[in-house]
Amino acid sequence: MIVAQRKRIPELVEILKGNKRILVLGCGTCVAVCLAGGEREVSIISSALRIASNVQELDFEIGELTIERQCDNVFIEEAAETIEKYDVILSLGCGAGVQAVAERYAEKPVYPGLNTAFIGILEERGLWAEKCAACGSCVLHQYGGICPITRCAKHMLNGPCGGSREDRCEVRPDLSCAWQLIYKRLKGIGQLDRLRKIEQPKNWRMNLDGGCRVIVREDHRI
Amino acid sequence: MMRANPFEPKIVAFCCHYCAYAAADLAGSMRLQYPTNIRIIRTPCTGKLEVEYFMRAFEYGADGVLVAGCEEGSCHFIEGNLMAKRRVNYARELLSESGLERKRLRMVNISAAMGTVFAETVKDMIETVRKLGPNPVRSDHVNVKQEIHR
Ligand code: SF4
Ligand code: SF4
Repeated sequence: MIVAQRKRIPELVEILKGNKRILVLGCGTCVAVCLAGGEREVSIISSALRIASNVQELDFEIGELTIERQCDNVFIEEAAETIEKYDVILSLGCGAGVQAVAERYAEKPVYPGLNTAFIGILEERGLWAEKCAACGSCVLHQYGGICPITRCAKHMLNGPCGGSREDRCEVRPDLSCAWQLIYKRLKGIGQLDRLRKIEQPKNWRMNLDGGCRVIVREDHRI
Repeated sequence: MMRANPFEPKIVAFCCHYCAYAAADLAGSMRLQYPTNIRIIRTPCTGKLEVEYFMRAFEYGADGVLVAGCEEGSCHFIEGNLMAKRRVNYARELLSESGLERKRLRMVNISAAMGTVFAETVKDMIETVRKLGPNPVRSDHVNVKQEIHR
């Protein structure tokens, strides 16, 4: 899922200052699961903003709404009637959600309420970790399902770097060395042979290069 | 007769059924005096309390919020009071970001046998909040609009 984190209230106040009717718009998908932008967080952030508005006499009028998925026009459409009533939107969706809403409302400011952080998983209660950098051409099969691009601090495709100590990464001792994990995992599944192969330089054109990436599926177009 | 200090803080106290609520009851049976500024809300466990409960209480004009749970290690539901402690800390952070003093929200741990401690805790909380002054959020200024569709 996409993992995000709330912005602090003073930053939100700075962004919203001077506006009156503000809709805090949550998203019920990824950011709800990572406890950053779902219905509950909409309620909490709205409360905090109302308190800030009273304390600083900002005269905010804040509405709360959470839709199923902000990065999907079908769901944005359902909220159209409500959105119309507000001057600005504070979106608690990920960066894609914010932009999807903004694209639909050419004359309405849509501001981000979260900092979108990464694609990751819930590792323990209250702890999320990045797992994929969306490189555009996945090589997980070579590394026993552990992504060296995301999880090795030096993004090494032919590791390890030689600096790891006691299975810790030399750059980030709080993390396991990704290459230690890859080795253990490949050994476990009987594929250590894979490490004999020198991985060729990766084609980074599939990554963020020359503008945003687009996928076209002719079989789904009309 | 004119009071010396006209500000009487309004305190919402979320009290766990298994400890602090019983302690409040005990304080009553012991005929202990404590100020009437406090409004007790009984909860099945402080672990039931979510951050938004605290936020909403302040939004609606509470001058202080007291969360009273069991002593650490003796929660009836094992770790409800520890969860509450973390949520209270988080809410304190949010309140301070929003411009309210952290001290307005306090968590205490009280066993069912501590009637006297309960009365003292209430008095202390009221004095703390009295010093801070009224909550600047005027409940008549609050405009909660829960948009619902479908
Ligand atoms: S190799 Fe690329 S697509 Fe695969 S997990 Fe790593 S970053 Fe993601
Ligand atoms: S110690 Fe391991 S994870 Fe850290 S940079 Fe070196 S190979 Fe990568």
